[in-house]
Amino acid sequence: MEPLEIAGRLKEKFLSEILDVREFRDQVFVSVRQERILDICRHLREDPDISMDYLADLCGVDYPERDLRFEVVYVLYSMKFRHRIIIKARIPESSPGIDSVVPVWQGANWHEREVCDMYGIVFNGHPDLRRILMPEDWEGHPLRKDYPLKGRESWEYKGYEELKDLHSHDNEWNIT
Amino acid sequence: MNTTDVNSRIATKELTLSMGPQHPATHGVLRLVLDLEGETVVKCTPYVGYLHRGVEKLAENRNYMQILPLTDRLDYISAMSNNLGYCIAVEKLFGIELPERVEYIRTIVAEMSRISNHLLWLATHALDIGAMTVFLYCFRERETIIDLFEHLCGARLTVSYPRIGGLKNDVDAKWLADLYKFTEDFPARVEQYETLINKNRIWLRRTIGIGVISAEEAINLGLSGPTLRGSGVPYDLRKVTSYGVYDKVKWDVPVGKNGDVYDRYRVRMDELRQSNSIIRQCVEQIPNGPVMADSPKFTLPPKDKVLSDMENLIHHFVLITKGPQTAPEGELYVPTEVPKGEMGFYFVSDGTGRPYRMRIRAPSFVHVAALPKLSEGSLVADVIANIGSIDIVLGECDR
Repeated sequence: MEPLEIAGRLKEKFLSEILDVREFRDQVFVSVRQERILDICRHLREDPDISMDYLADLCGVDYPERDLRFEVVYVLYSMKFRHRIIIKARIPESSPGIDSVVPVWQGANWHEREVCDMYGIVFNGHPDLRRILMPEDWEGHPLRKDYPLKGRESWEYKGYEELKDLHSHDNEWNIT
Repeated sequence: MNTTDVNSRIATKELTLSMGPQHPATHGVLRLVLDLEGETVVKCTPYVGYLHRGVEKLAENRNYMQILPLTDRLDYISAMSNNLGYCIAVEKLFGIELPERVEYIRTIVAEMSRISNHLLWLATHALDIGAMTVFLYCFRERETIIDLFEHLCGARLTVSYPRIGGLKNDVDAKWLADLYKFTEDFPARVEQYETLINKNRIWLRRTIGIGVISAEEAINLGLSGPTLRGSGVPYDLRKVTSYGVYDKVKWDVPVGKNGDVYDRYRVRMDELRQSNSIIRQCVEQIPNGPVMADSPKFTLPPKDKVLSDMENLIHHFVLITKGPQTAPEGELYVPTEVPKGEMGFYFVSDGTGRPYRMRIRAPSFVHVAALPKLSEGSLVADVIANIGSIDIVLGECDR
């Protein structure tokens, strides 16, 4: 099935959920509201004509200037029909939560953990939502656009003076 | 007192074992926390992130040209494939048409990188589960490939050879002749490795029926590449999507049947032969022509013109310092088949010289996530066999 046709079918079934449909370089992107994402995903997987059984990728995007600040992107593929469609769920900053799609595709587990780690989006019903790439006690979400590239700590190298401070308590080094 | 009585009286308790992050058999800095009952793994929890360098965040702050060397450091043992995956994605975003010679050379180097990756995989996997000799033989052939890379672009591992819209430099006839000679010898070498382990009783006992995963489960978990094909799913992006010249040469997608460690091994061994045959056919067919697309808005002008022509100098300066200023707005997901599986680049472009968002879908990340599924219920020693058989590199997993 052509990706646009799938988008059309999705529109018939979930009219009120679809925000817009776009095409770029032969790929179709469907933006949806986040409330019924689990239903939409389940439908895409279980409809025998669509059969999106492979979750190729799941990632987040941050648009700080939009009303619905975050986007969670689902790249879906069908092993049977060899077609691809990309679903984007928009999430507001005030309540960054969305249903987890782990019940539909188990492979979403670590991807969702990563999105949670990097953007602070909470996946409701996720079996094990911990930080994955950053240390467990890390503060902040690094891939948000307002997170500075060089991190939050300011640390300036003071050269020789610093070594002196570091070893001032340590007589063995004898740096004076 | 008989033995059953004794066994029932001995108190057993679960043992938690932390394997890694510094352990040679975990192929990098992977940490596994194993809950053991005797020798059996009850629960396996992988911890990743030790090699997290924030490549995705870095990419948002660099222009398209500057990101290329970052992609070398993802899967550092098949850097060429990552470079290509990145370049193909950016070219699709920009809408650049490539000259035919570029496509051929890219296919050749991608398959060379696949051979070198699979050789390293076989070497370390065999070493992990007790076959030392294979290691040395594999490194012999891998050395030839790496030497060829060195002659091609000066670097052995972090090659950065492709460019957006083409290649850094053309290949010469001598290089092609050397490569062709390698492809003549290589199939006999693959047989050599197989004679070492194919009928080895220890090898067979340690691989057959270990780490079984069914086709449905593998698809559901999002596995890709030889790990997925070992379960009998003929999903290969070189056949499914169109890039390179894979449609102009004759080759097959090897698939396994049982989805165990042994089948994944067989798939990779067959891929070595297929890649070799692809390289041979490409060398035979390769046409003459330019190695850079004619698309001055996005591709760097040739160096000799930069030094002699004002307009080219300006172009070069703007592209290097600011990136392509006319990048189209939009987003796209471009997957390519790297040796480990599906490497996808998801770009969001806002029309400036830098990507607004660059997401890397790394096969190793997904494969490590499947490790508990493969290992739970098996013996500790089989965990090592499983780690080897899913072929992971932590640089790519943690990004």
